[in-house]
Amino acid sequence: MKDNPLLHTFFNWELIAGTFPRLLTEGLLNTILIAAGAIGVGIAIALFTAMLLLSSRWWIRLPARIYVDVFRGLPVIITVMLVGVGLPAAGIRPFGTNPFGYAILAIGIISGAYTAEIFRSGIQSVDPGQLQAARSLGMSYLRAMRLIVVPQGIRRVLPALAGQFVKDIKESSLVYLLGLAVGQRELFFIAQEEVARTYNSSPLIAAGICYLCLTIPLTHFVNHLDRSLREGRPARRTSRPDEEPAAGLASAAATAGENR
Amino acid sequence: MTEPMAALKVTGLSKSYGHHVVLRDISLEILRGETLCLIGPSGSGKSTLMAILGCLDKPTAGTYALDGERVEALSGGELAQIRNDKIGFVFQQYNLLPKASVVRNVELPMLYAGVARKERRARALELLETVGIPEKAKVLPAALSGGQRQRVAVARALANRPALLLADEPTGALDSKTGHEVLELFVDLHRQGNTIIIVTHDLSIAGMAQRQVEIHDGLIKIEEAA
Repeated sequence: MKDNPLLHTFFNWELIAGTFPRLLTEGLLNTILIAAGAIGVGIAIALFTAMLLLSSRWWIRLPARIYVDVFRGLPVIITVMLVGVGLPAAGIRPFGTNPFGYAILAIGIISGAYTAEIFRSGIQSVDPGQLQAARSLGMSYLRAMRLIVVPQGIRRVLPALAGQFVKDIKESSLVYLLGLAVGQRELFFIAQEEVARTYNSSPLIAAGICYLCLTIPLTHFVNHLDRSLREGRPARRTSRPDEEPAAGLASAAATAGENR
Repeated sequence: MTEPMAALKVTGLSKSYGHHVVLRDISLEILRGETLCLIGPSGSGKSTLMAILGCLDKPTAGTYALDGERVEALSGGELAQIRNDKIGFVFQQYNLLPKASVVRNVELPMLYAGVARKERRARALELLETVGIPEKAKVLPAALSGGQRQRVAVARALANRPALLLADEPTGALDSKTGHEVLELFVDLHRQGNTIIIVTHDLSIAGMAQRQVEIHDGLIKIEEAA
């Protein structure tokens, strides 16, 4: 096997096995931290931006539309460099010299732009009658959106949302550009260090396996969630136990599916 | 007859969006226990009038007193409270929560008004009795026919004992036989003393009401008592 250069370059088992311990003990956790942080930042930005995008006033929609268009249109690498190198250089250092914070912010800003469009499309797909009915029952516009419309809308875009989360996990590798200290290194950074040291690409295969171990189960988990929400829980044939009033309303809305 | 006091009184009401005037100088008084039909072609302004009477929208000018209380200048939150307390809505497309059982759909406005759980359930079951489908309490809306769904919507609208029942094309999505049965239900509710406004473009429905008001180009054109 050592004689085949192709196998030797990509599937050197010794190197793969040698890289795994550090990938698992250091890289995996850091990748998850960056990705989860970015997803959280992205969702927060997206909920707010989607609300703006749904406004009937053009001057409220405009800033949201510009944000979405710009950060969906820019290459990820430019945004990461602008936020991670540009901000600190300009003296804006909310995270000091820690590249982690800038990485999370950069990926989160990009994720927020995509997720806002996903949320907007989902919320717009909910029958306007649901908002009208919720308001007629005595809810204010914001409360009706929060309790009735948004939960139904987000449920419908779960698969698209899963795709976005997978993208965020993959893009977390770009933090590599910002330079990381020992203990902060994520999957790609560790693998890349090994590649530079050994001049062999096998560690990248090891890192790739780690990414797949995150992204594939995530996709299938969300698809499963989507299916079970769509088809309803088996318990629905029998009468449901009474829930607490507030939880009852929220869950009724959250599990509300196709209209009518 | 209940005491002849106005359930709602509108004077000089106008609504415009920018330069576009939708309603002009509408004056209307509806007594308690009265049933009124609002008719008019689409684009006549009747949906806008319904939204204002339902406290979903505010007039640009004029006054509106509902159940003795002036509402035209209230804030959004105060209007939401009025809608919960004083108005029951019935829509053409029912607008039930699809994954909540029938009885829970009927309980929803009471849940929001803070009625205790036991009382809520008891009242919801009583209302389902009133609209004639007590046996459907535990099923999901999807398992019901259109007419039955509209009965659930009517029960939900009555939950907080509204001063005004507002129905927007309540038979618009139903076949004529089922539609007629739902109208019979409204006639019953009228006999029980409810104040009802039905918005429709169907003149045969309008004929069943005590009073008809026809709207054209944002103006009250014809008002007649049956």
